[in-house]
Amino acid sequence: MLTYIWSIMIILGIIFSILTGGISQITTTTIDSAEAATTLVIQMIGIICMWMGLMRIAENSGLINQLSIKLAPLLNFLFPELKGNSKILNYIATNLIANALGLGWAATPAGILAMKEMQKLAEDKKTATKSMCMFMILNMSFLQLISVTVLADRAAAGSVDAAIVIGPGIIVTTITTIVAIIVAKAYERSNEEKIAKNKKLKSTLLFRKGD
Amino acid sequence: MILFLSDIIVPLIFIIVISHALLKKIDVFGSFLEGAKIGLETVFTVFPTLVGLLVAVGILRGSGFLEFLGRILSPFTEAFGLPYEIAQLSLMRLFSAAAARGLQLDIFETHGPDSYLGLIASVIMSSTETVFYIMSVYFASVKISSTKYTLKAAILVNLIGVVVSILIIKYFFGASL
Repeated sequence: MLTYIWSIMIILGIIFSILTGGISQITTTTIDSAEAATTLVIQMIGIICMWMGLMRIAENSGLINQLSIKLAPLLNFLFPELKGNSKILNYIATNLIANALGLGWAATPAGILAMKEMQKLAEDKKTATKSMCMFMILNMSFLQLISVTVLADRAAAGSVDAAIVIGPGIIVTTITTIVAIIVAKAYERSNEEKIAKNKKLKSTLLFRKGD
Repeated sequence: MILFLSDIIVPLIFIIVISHALLKKIDVFGSFLEGAKIGLETVFTVFPTLVGLLVAVGILRGSGFLEFLGRILSPFTEAFGLPYEIAQLSLMRLFSAAAARGLQLDIFETHGPDSYLGLIASVIMSSTETVFYIMSVYFASVKISSTKYTLKAAILVNLIGVVVSILIIKYFFGASL
């Protein structure tokens, strides 16, 4: 999937540039973007190390475990296959809490560790598991209580009341979180039905052949 | 009040985590170093993905294709009450947070942060995520190539988020705009 998206983005972009006469800028753009990735990573290193360090402290002291026990009813509903696997659930809980607090830099490393642990349980290492899909869909729409950048941008642009969007924002993010859970569960179910159907189809075909 | 809250949230986390760890008598600084090292490894795992992604997004963005797509779609989106600027912002938001923020700042400058479009843009920016970026970084970190229904679902949820943002802003501020 990612292979196609990535290739399409590049090919489409280049073809469109040729058509609109902007091809001369493409070389500069590619080099600038690669350079931007380096700058971003250099910026990231310190911040991510700091958050991961802090997270390790909270992990070793049992603080994260306490938090994830509080979230257990929700987590068990969302990730039934991970029930009792406190290590993964702790990482997921950290990721979701950091997301909710608007600490994206703290959320990413915990999320990646959660994915790595889920991958260890997976039978098929190339395909996303049910829990991974749920985690990703949820991650991309989870509650965001404070968005500091937006507030700062609003204030800088001369807003009369920069914080006025917080209330509506929380309502929207609550609704999308619920929608995300419903959508993810619905896809989970239809996907399982599809697999079951295929199996049934295969077995009837085999039966016919043998008949 | 909320701005104050966002100022104290990071210090507060530090205080809680460290004092809890001290009470539990664990090796606090040793744990920090252990985690920071894992952080370093995480960044290196993510770096190749990041380079690939930023180059692709850069080319797509630089080509002006997304603006073009937004303009082509605008008769349809506007028929559903989705202004052109917002359609473009939501489309860009899927690929690049920085580019979407640029569009948001444009809207603030042309229409004002407290205008109808300004308010919608603010809510969308604070309640949606950069789908392609997040999916690439997370799935690439575990070398998964088949992401099943994740993308479909994420885009659907994102779209619903945009529609809900518009409805909520209309509901809250409809009378005063």
